[in-house]
Amino acid sequence: MTDITIKITDRNGALHEVLVPTDMAMNIMEVIRSYELVPEGTIGVCGGMAMCASCQCYIKSDHELPEMGSDEDLMLAEAFYVEDNSRLSCQIPITVKLNGLEIELAPES
Amino acid sequence: MIKTDILIIGAGPTGLFTVFEAGLLKLKCHLIDALPQPGGQCSEIYPKKPIYDIPAYPEILAGDLTEKLLEQIASFQPGFTLGERAETIEKLEDDTFIVTTNKGTKHHAPVIAIAGGLGSFEPRKPPIPNIAEFENSGVEYIIRDPEIYRNKKVVIAGGGDSALDWAIFLTNVASEVSLVHRRNEFRGALDSVEKVQELKNTGKIKLITPAEVKEIHGKDHLTGVSIILNKNETIHLEADHFIPLFGLSPKLGPIGNWGLEIEKNAIKVNNALDYQTNIPGIYAIGDVNTYPGKLKLILCGFHEATLMCQSAYKRIYPNKKYVMKYTTVGGVEGFDGTKKEAPKAVVKKIE
Repeated sequence: MTDITIKITDRNGALHEVLVPTDMAMNIMEVIRSYELVPEGTIGVCGGMAMCASCQCYIKSDHELPEMGSDEDLMLAEAFYVEDNSRLSCQIPITVKLNGLEIELAPES
Repeated sequence: MIKTDILIIGAGPTGLFTVFEAGLLKLKCHLIDALPQPGGQCSEIYPKKPIYDIPAYPEILAGDLTEKLLEQIASFQPGFTLGERAETIEKLEDDTFIVTTNKGTKHHAPVIAIAGGLGSFEPRKPPIPNIAEFENSGVEYIIRDPEIYRNKKVVIAGGGDSALDWAIFLTNVASEVSLVHRRNEFRGALDSVEKVQELKNTGKIKLITPAEVKEIHGKDHLTGVSIILNKNETIHLEADHFIPLFGLSPKLGPIGNWGLEIEKNAIKVNNALDYQTNIPGIYAIGDVNTYPGKLKLILCGFHEATLMCQSAYKRIYPNKKYVMKYTTVGGVEGFDGTKKEAPKAVVKKIE
């Protein structure tokens, strides 16, 4: 199975280029956790249900992403530090199309 | 001073099930939780969401799991200190502990079981630069006493159930209620949304959407807020209180300073034996602990609670002989005088 590469800027500004398998049904929040790019307990608090916004990230490249669901949209409406390119990383499943994706994690809140 | 055998910090599923396992051993439990209701994340974050990996329940809502656990432990009469956060711990000369909450409630027990999940739930505070200056003078993240809003001008921010419910409630108390949200859509229960619509139509709630409170003003006490409307227009609103209701997020908090060994925001325990921490008599179970191979699952918390109670029993009664009994054999004898037991087989002679 193919692995893809994703560039993730963590909350301290450090850039990580990580290899991600496309056959493990992972989402981006889980990738960040699996590489331990932020302290455990500060991301994915709700487990990936779009109910806490602790995994908010900014999309920095122009990859085509799955459309935002209403859960994610309304959760972001209550999150802080939201920008036009904000997404909840738990709502973005890993697919081959995401190769080269660049994201930055939003501050913890 | 509240006295008990096992003081459980955290009333989520793991903490609640601990009461049952302790009860089988005739040990009494008392629980402390920062939230005003038991259930932890199951009741606070996702009560209406299904869980599929509770053994023997192909599907159960998180809120229903909490209800069932409370029913299962009811006869063991657990005590609760809710809406208070465990703040400090003191070890006495006889190796027992005193845990004091942020409101000064003291609890005394020979065994402490930390079942704190990801930590205690703290309100999420919007990033408004001077907000901290008003935390005792007009900004409240949690409504404790609605009477302080009587005949006052109140601005509520948020789009979930608590923002909607309090906006509705305060229309009968405050002189003016404004509800500010970044969208026109709300995430709350449908009947609350409809009620707010009705109150808006009759002029009892001033609905300001899509908008965001960006600044707060005042000298000794809050006097108003500045709101960005439609992303470009700034409006100023007079107010006595600003209540941001953006939900809660868990923080490990004061437990992190109890001298326990912490790794990755979790408490290290001995999983080869009994889930005890580096301080004898303090155990950590459920999502709050870590050990090689740890999984943050409710069912793992149940297992950890069970083994932990056996160890707690030996700590409290070091010289007592004890052997594990199946509940089917021994029944369940509550502290309230009730007894559940398997019905005896009917024996009838054949003539």
